[in-house]
Amino acid sequence: MPELTKEAEEATPVGDGEPILEVRGLVKHFPLTRGILFKRQIGAVKAVDGVDFSLAQGETLGIVGESGCGKSTVAKLLVNLEQPTAGEILYKGEDVTRLSGRALKAVRRNIQMVFQDPYTSLNPRMTVGDIIGEPYEIHPEVAPKGDRRRRVQDLLDVVGLNPEYINRYPHQFSGGQRQRIGIARGLALNPEIIVADEPVSALDVSVQAQVINLLEKLQSEFNLSYIFIAHDLSIVRHISDRVGVMYLGRIVEIGTDEEIYDHPTHPYTQALLSAVPVPDPAARDHRERIILYGDVPSPANIPSGCRFRTRCWKAQDRCALEVPLLAVPAEFRLTEGPAAHPSACHFAEEKQVVPPEEKPKPQPKPKPQAAPDAPPDAPPGDEEQDAT
Amino acid sequence: MPEAYDPQEIRRQAITPAGSGGPMDLAMDEAETLEKTPGGPEGTGPTGKPRSLWSDAWHQLRRSPIFIVSGLLILFLVIIAIWPQLIASRDPLFCQLSKSQQGMQPGHPFGFDTQGCDVYTRTVYGARASITVGVCATLGAALLGSLLGGFAGFFGGVWDAVLSRIADVFFGIPVVLGGLVFLSVVTSSTVWPVVGFIVLLGWPQIARIARGSVITAKQNDYVQAARALGAGSGRMLLRHVAPNAVAPVIVVATIALGTYISLEATLSFLGVGLRPPTVSWGIDISNAAPQIRNAPHMLLYPAGALSITVLAFIMLGDAVRDALDPKLR
Repeated sequence: MPELTKEAEEATPVGDGEPILEVRGLVKHFPLTRGILFKRQIGAVKAVDGVDFSLAQGETLGIVGESGCGKSTVAKLLVNLEQPTAGEILYKGEDVTRLSGRALKAVRRNIQMVFQDPYTSLNPRMTVGDIIGEPYEIHPEVAPKGDRRRRVQDLLDVVGLNPEYINRYPHQFSGGQRQRIGIARGLALNPEIIVADEPVSALDVSVQAQVINLLEKLQSEFNLSYIFIAHDLSIVRHISDRVGVMYLGRIVEIGTDEEIYDHPTHPYTQALLSAVPVPDPAARDHRERIILYGDVPSPANIPSGCRFRTRCWKAQDRCALEVPLLAVPAEFRLTEGPAAHPSACHFAEEKQVVPPEEKPKPQPKPKPQAAPDAPPDAPPGDEEQDAT
Repeated sequence: MPEAYDPQEIRRQAITPAGSGGPMDLAMDEAETLEKTPGGPEGTGPTGKPRSLWSDAWHQLRRSPIFIVSGLLILFLVIIAIWPQLIASRDPLFCQLSKSQQGMQPGHPFGFDTQGCDVYTRTVYGARASITVGVCATLGAALLGSLLGGFAGFFGGVWDAVLSRIADVFFGIPVVLGGLVFLSVVTSSTVWPVVGFIVLLGWPQIARIARGSVITAKQNDYVQAARALGAGSGRMLLRHVAPNAVAPVIVVATIALGTYISLEATLSFLGVGLRPPTVSWGIDISNAAPQIRNAPHMLLYPAGALSITVLAFIMLGDAVRDALDPKLR
């Protein structure tokens, strides 16, 4: 696919390890107003309240957290569907939140989004060819007019759909196929960053695997960087290089997947991980489940100090007074181990909640041959059916 | 079980199901869809012409019996509205009081009205005024209403507040009283003041429907997706919102067409609508209504013509709406 090779790369080469995207102090508050004619602000929903992270070229950053923690708002801010209240989003050192008009359009080419629900993210009254071809109509400089149809067919091929489906409508496809169409649309402009907002949450488990594998394949093919937002911890671990855990609009812990999953130091991460189902009944009996009580506080009324203190079993007076910063905790600062990663807790400590992996994570993983203990919903050698 | 359980391993298998080596599961995917939507005209290969919603809708309409029947009916009505003398040779204004309210006679298949005029001739000649009022008022109200309603719904905020309040003002004008006030000052004997008045009172209804369906349509992710691609408001509105919001407007507008023709009749009955010597179904229906027990044929024929016209437009609207919905193909 020669026309799908990255053009933007030669324009501004990004060195290894240098972040392609950097987010600093990102804040999004939605005002709460009262009154019909004369609206006055009585408060704000603090959906995103100070988020920092960076993304390197070719890297996948997973963002996990429960519903309402601001994950999707972060995604919308990154692709400029929402204007941040404060903070910076630096794409190759340029703050995209200040851009408008032409410059914004140019940046949009390079940061694309894959939506959560493939049933509402494709216009039911457009053919697949029109849906995937629309990016070229908006950015005519990317592909000359006569070339677009062939490019759309190439994209269909890249995401594993028959190029002859170009004249079909979205309702003629299954959920997994629709999500592939959504991914093809995201790839059309040769972006460097793809923000995937729960791209598999609406799909059947077996189809999730196909879409995840496709995303991994595309990443290595086109050297894409992903922001992968999900609430399914095992999927995030599978695809991510680094993982950030969000709680109430902030990242509370961030690190490589090994640091987060095997050496979590923030109590919220530990509680999240302890809730992951363990498919092995023997191991299940031995593990400790951390049960959190109460609900997530309202993002319009965030607790003082540490925002997790209302549900934390370690909470002390200090937690109500001092906001813990997202930094390597003092007790791990001198150690070299995997526990030394940023964690926003005054009382960070390591706690094993997930049984450790036997072997180092191979990437990509070879298929296990003859798995007698495979779960019944994935019989060996039997291809998965799409949800019908 | 020779190997110990490895929960991580099993979890990963759930994500990467056995056998999903890549190409194989994709092949399954495709085989399944091929099965679901077998060949037919959909299966145009990569060499086929690119198709769009409108060309597909036209393709669909040409094969829809409802569209063909209603289209022919409307074509016929339009032809007799333009050239009524094609099928009626008499003068609609020639009346003989001696034949007042008489029934069917040779050469006068529909009988006579109170003034002794030929009902058949008047029904044929009445098509022009009635269809002009109905079609023009509907088009005017639908265009104005969907434009303003769509604008209010799409941009929201101040636009929405101002336009919705203006619509409410027009919504609040009582039809009959408003007609008496507005039309009594007009001296023109053409249909246009009546058309204008109906558009003025009719657009808020369409605007409300259009506003509602635009608000529903614009919340869909595909509109956000277009915006994330960098699409401007015009593209989002025309390509994404409008095609998905137009169906309720079509339904309401085609139903309103019948209402508008009868509204013309009401206004004519009050003496502020179309004035004699204009011939219209509305005037004839109003004149015949009090005589329904003495001479039901006087009411039957103009009312029947009106019903068939309304039915034809409703059927047309239905066929167009269905053709614009790919899911129904």
